[in-house]
Amino acid sequence: MAGPTRGFLGRARKADLRLPPGQYDIGPDFPVLTAEVTPRIAPDRWSIAVDGLVATPTAWTWDEAHRLPASVYEGDIHCVTTWSKLGTSFGGVSVDTLLDAAGPMPQASFVMARSSTGYTTNLPLADVIGGKAWIVWTHEGHPLPTDHGGPVRMIVPHLYFWKSAKWISRLTLLDHDEPGFWERNGYHDRGDPWLQQRYQGD
Amino acid sequence: MTDTLSDTARPAAPSGGWRSARVEEVAHPTPRSVVLRLDVHDRIDHLPGQHYVVRLTADDGYTASRSYSVASAPSDPLVELWIERLDDGEVSTFLADVVEPGDALEVRGPIGGWFVWDGTTPAVGVGGGSGAVPLLAMARHAVAIDRPDLLRLAVAARTLADLPFPDELAAAGAVVALSRDRRGGRPAGRLTSAELGALVTPGAITYVCGSAAFAEFASQLLVELGCPSADVRVERFGPSG
Ligand SMILES: Cc1cc2nc3c(=O)[nH]c(=O)nc-3n(C[C@H](O)[C@H](O)[C@H](O)COP(=O)(O)OP(=O)(O)OC[C@H]3O[C@@H](n4cnc5c(N)ncnc54)[C@H](O)[C@@H]3O)c2cc1C
Repeated sequence: MAGPTRGFLGRARKADLRLPPGQYDIGPDFPVLTAEVTPRIAPDRWSIAVDGLVATPTAWTWDEAHRLPASVYEGDIHCVTTWSKLGTSFGGVSVDTLLDAAGPMPQASFVMARSSTGYTTNLPLADVIGGKAWIVWTHEGHPLPTDHGGPVRMIVPHLYFWKSAKWISRLTLLDHDEPGFWERNGYHDRGDPWLQQRYQGD
Repeated sequence: MTDTLSDTARPAAPSGGWRSARVEEVAHPTPRSVVLRLDVHDRIDHLPGQHYVVRLTADDGYTASRSYSVASAPSDPLVELWIERLDDGEVSTFLADVVEPGDALEVRGPIGGWFVWDGTTPAVGVGGGSGAVPLLAMARHAVAIDRPDLLRLAVAARTLADLPFPDELAAAGAVVALSRDRRGGRPAGRLTSAELGALVTPGAITYVCGSAAFAEFASQLLVELGCPSADVRVERFGPSG
């Protein structure tokens, strides 16, 4: 690519092996970036469904989801707008628990995650199984704030954070990939921060 | 459930890859802002609302990238950016303090297929501070295609100096709400429900842009005024807010 930009030194930096290329440590902040009006969803009206190519399409209410085995993610998250938040945590339930109950069919290979706002994001099934994705209702021990996707969002922290659908309501298993909202609007279908898969074509 | 967010077709908005841009003009309309006019090599024309990414590279290969909305109309031969200088900002201070005409900048764009207005349908734009930049592109485009009737604007900031090209926005008919200063007959104060309510147009797409705090404030106000959520498109300028 192009060489250095004349006169650019950049902020003082120490190599942090937790930071993917092109990302910076935002510190304690947690910015909000969404394309739609923040919906107000009461927990008792929230539910999540797993459907599509599964043996038993299944839905859980707030109370039912809270009775599933608890699971916590502790680690880093990376936003495509180049900030990373290091050493944070989210609590809820592993996506594995939901998928195990619904029973993916052998031909299921992709997931479309859907929010109650209509927001969608597509993921290879392999990226949400094996302890890599969660449905969460707490952030650092507190109820997940509405603007961060509360009462319940998905997190898939090894991919750029637009894959972590806020206000999650449905996971649909598919045998093919279909672009979600940002993916139709120029962003990458997979979004691996370590490969800088930011935009279509990266 | 919104239809627009969950439409399945890839939209027709243009999109471009990495390009080298030559800085043609640098202006500082206020001490806290800079306007860069760029000649983008092999450019793909944008639609109002779209943005570019600017990527700066240090000698050791370290890079910093930030998004900037296009302020110019597609018909402008140059791509114009308006950047607010944040005192402790890594990229905005560089663009404001160091960049000179003749410099080369690495840019990528246009980007974005959602927060986009093609100038064929009624639109309402609500911008806070630098969030008025994409609305300026819309206003300039509306003038260029002779359809100013399609667009209604409201912009808000602390003072006039915190807005891009405030005179041009006012000339485009924008409601200008200043929270710190009186302006004309309007007392200092944040954008009101009545001011927004007067702009709401049934059937129009409403574009809300600014800091996360402003976007949240304005979009909730619009919903309270009866605007369907599905007709409100929000661009939150990160990262702070
Ligand atoms: C789609 C889009 C369009 C945009 N369009 C525009 C536009 O038209 N005009 C415009 O002015 N802006 C726009 N922005 C915002 C722009 O992308 C940048 O976020 C903004 O210019 C700040 O970048 P910066 O590098 O100067 O500041 P940063 O260095 O990113 O810092 C921003 C703030 O975070 C804090 N911070 C972050 N990291 C650190 C750190 N490591 N150490 C200390 N403090 C830190 C600082 O306090 C600072 O105030 C847009 C954003 C988006 C997402």
